[in-house]
Amino acid sequence: MAGFLDVVILVLMSVTAFSILRSRNLFGVVILSGIFSLLAASFYVLLAAVDVAFTEASVGAGISTLLMLATLAITHQKKEKQHINNPIMPIIVVLVTGAALVYGTLDMPLYGDINAPSNQYLIQRFIEQSGAEIGIPNIVTSILASYRGYDTLGETFVIFTAAIGVLTLLGRGRTGNKAEVKQISSLETDGEKE
Amino acid sequence: MFIAAAIAIIIAMALILIRGILGPTIYDRILAVNLFGTKAMLLIAVLGFLDGRPEFLDIALVYALINFIATIAIMKFWGVTDISQPSKSDPLGDI
Repeated sequence: MAGFLDVVILVLMSVTAFSILRSRNLFGVVILSGIFSLLAASFYVLLAAVDVAFTEASVGAGISTLLMLATLAITHQKKEKQHINNPIMPIIVVLVTGAALVYGTLDMPLYGDINAPSNQYLIQRFIEQSGAEIGIPNIVTSILASYRGYDTLGETFVIFTAAIGVLTLLGRGRTGNKAEVKQISSLETDGEKE
Repeated sequence: MFIAAAIAIIIAMALILIRGILGPTIYDRILAVNLFGTKAMLLIAVLGFLDGRPEFLDIALVYALINFIATIAIMKFWGVTDISQPSKSDPLGDI
């Protein structure tokens, strides 16, 4: 049953992704990307990664939908059709890069391999000693908050900086020169009417 | 029973997704994302019982809160900017 649900949710995700690619209506794209995030969150729950699913739902479906809507308000809502003259060259580049990446994974240990270094030393140590060393019963929490504490602190800095940057960019359009923004958007709607 | 519920929720998700992709007006799309959040929440709750881990129910509740806040924010955003005004003559809007 779980395998069947995996397949169905992945199919729905790819349908959503292809319609995002094909759509020229940017509001629809924002809504579809929110739906994609909710599907991804359901998929993470299927994989028993509830914390990742929670982050995906709040950041992907909640915050980034709002940020993209706010961006739409200060730009305009239709994407012009792009004509790519020679699609063969990009496809070749993508295929070669993908083949190089797949070739690179051949040297990695198999999934769940008992002889892999991470399964031999680290996991055993975390399972046996993290409770006594850190004093937190949840192993994942003790890894994130203590063994990788500096890493988590750095991630928090990155997210904080990104939030400041986005707020600066979006806030300037709203509060700064209101008349100019209105003028530009009315020019754009006139252009769309043709 | 939970398997039947999960299949029904998946079918509803597919139908909502079709409406979200095709949806001619903006209201179809807002309703689609709102309903999709509800369906994801229900699916998580059902999955918790399918796996025998009903503590997922708390997470489904928090999803419900997030979904509610997101929809309210979209509607509020809609009211305060001028993208709610159609630029063409169609009274339903052109988006």
